[in-house]
Amino acid sequence: MANAHRRVGDQPWVRRSLIGTALLLAMFMLVIPVVVIFAQALSAGWSTFADNVTDQYTLHAIGLTLFVAALTVPLNLVFGTALAWSVTRFHFPGRKLLITLIDIPFAVSPVIAGLLYLLLYGRNGWLGGWLANYDVQLMFSWPGIVMVTVFVTCPFVARELIPLMQQQGSEEEEAGVVLGASGWRIFRKITLPNIKWALIYGVVLTNARAVGEFGAVSVVSGNVRGETNTLPLHVELLYQDYNVVGAFASASLLAAIAMLTLVVKAFVEWRQSRPIVSTPEKEVS
Amino acid sequence: MSASANPSVAPVRRFSGRSKRVLPGFGLSLGISLFFVSLVLLLPITGLVIETSGMTWDQFVFTITDPRVVESYKVTLWTALAASLFNGFFGLLLAWILVRYEFPGKRIVDAFVDLPFALPTAVAGITLATLFAQNGWYGQWLAKLGIEVAFTPLGIVVAMAFTSIPFVVRTVQPVLEELSPADEEAAVSLGASDGRVFRKVIFPSLWPALVTGIALSFTRSLGEFGAIIFIAGNTPYVSEVTSLMVFIRLQEYDYAAASAIASVVLLASLVLLFAINLWQGRYLRRLEGR
Repeated sequence: MANAHRRVGDQPWVRRSLIGTALLLAMFMLVIPVVVIFAQALSAGWSTFADNVTDQYTLHAIGLTLFVAALTVPLNLVFGTALAWSVTRFHFPGRKLLITLIDIPFAVSPVIAGLLYLLLYGRNGWLGGWLANYDVQLMFSWPGIVMVTVFVTCPFVARELIPLMQQQGSEEEEAGVVLGASGWRIFRKITLPNIKWALIYGVVLTNARAVGEFGAVSVVSGNVRGETNTLPLHVELLYQDYNVVGAFASASLLAAIAMLTLVVKAFVEWRQSRPIVSTPEKEVS
Repeated sequence: MSASANPSVAPVRRFSGRSKRVLPGFGLSLGISLFFVSLVLLLPITGLVIETSGMTWDQFVFTITDPRVVESYKVTLWTALAASLFNGFFGLLLAWILVRYEFPGKRIVDAFVDLPFALPTAVAGITLATLFAQNGWYGQWLAKLGIEVAFTPLGIVVAMAFTSIPFVVRTVQPVLEELSPADEEAAVSLGASDGRVFRKVIFPSLWPALVTGIALSFTRSLGEFGAIIFIAGNTPYVSEVTSLMVFIRLQEYDYAAASAIASVVLLASLVLLFAINLWQGRYLRRLEGR
């Protein structure tokens, strides 16, 4: 009974041709595009690349992009963790609806996300008009960019945490309560070590998207070079100016962040595939 | 990621008036969540409602049935459908080889699958436009075959397909991993052909996840903007997608028209989102035998 444990697609020729086709497609659709970004960025030599990256407008765009990410990520970290805690540790009416609602940014086109904010907070919006009386202008300046970026990236941390926290259950935390630990202590000593890696990946994903958001930011930014131009907008601007090498130099910085994100993800998955060793009861008592 | 991976998970605490919540932080965490969801996700929608309600019904209908806009719906729908169907095949193939086979570089391929989510859409856009341009790495070969991708609707399909590759892979992968080998081995050892076993044994448990992945990919493609505008050529009536129409109306400061078109797209995407979530809930319950 040599073939008792044979499964579908185990014949060598099936296996080889399926792997071959998939790898060929993956090569053309995923690997070569990354190669082409760096090849184009460096096509005029390293010194041109260095000049492009240290151009004053590029540097300003990098600074603004990092600033936006630095504001967005902590906000969504707090929100994502709070949301994951409330929907996985408690049952309440509307829980399912809440889980669906946080997916809205995944379904809504980034352009429409930007439009929603422009309509509300722009000069003619009911909130924007009122704010204008106090000389507060949010759209076409950095606060607007931060606001739409928060919108676009808010599901990532929660989406990473919810399945994991659901799977882990709350027995350990309940033991902490029985032993008299405070809520904050339970979170820090029991929950946080268990969700650490998923949380890190959620943050990295949030950061990658915050740094790279284009459509929504493009609607609410005034596209003023050296003022409200984020790095992805700067890429577009250079590309439209037929400065392809310059555009790819900036793009390669964003691609490097993307590659780093993939490395962190692979690392996090490797960590999570190992059994979680924790004896939180001892730490709490 | 799919909940089917953890069928044993019990609801944490049933809601009822009598049972007490054991864990602390209910008020605080739910408070933060509701405040955030209301302020960030729901409040901005009021602006759209107000803007469109300022239009008469006739103006609204006139704006959303403008021939150029209608053409953009058609282009967006068929390109998104083509891209998500392509990803149905490609995603299933990738998920299959990643779950079933061992080969060198498997971990790298697995990591690369998520590239389209990590790479900014504008970067993807200029990269694909460069690859498929007349003198690009792909474009010059395709030109010899008489295929033009850049600045045609085909370019839109390519951009949409690229940005939504991970959806099908990541929804099908966990289901493939969970498939019990017993039925399959039995069918194979009874002499059924591989194709027949795949159709009769494997596919029935696989297709709900496959449909979910394709639907997610479709939804994402409908709204895609950054990756498309660089490669599409954006020719009116030919290669303009609806999100670009919204963008163009905005640049013309025609906020009312932008809002009217956006409300159509927003409604369609929200309906799709809720439908996918309902569908997922239903088939997951069935798989868990509840």
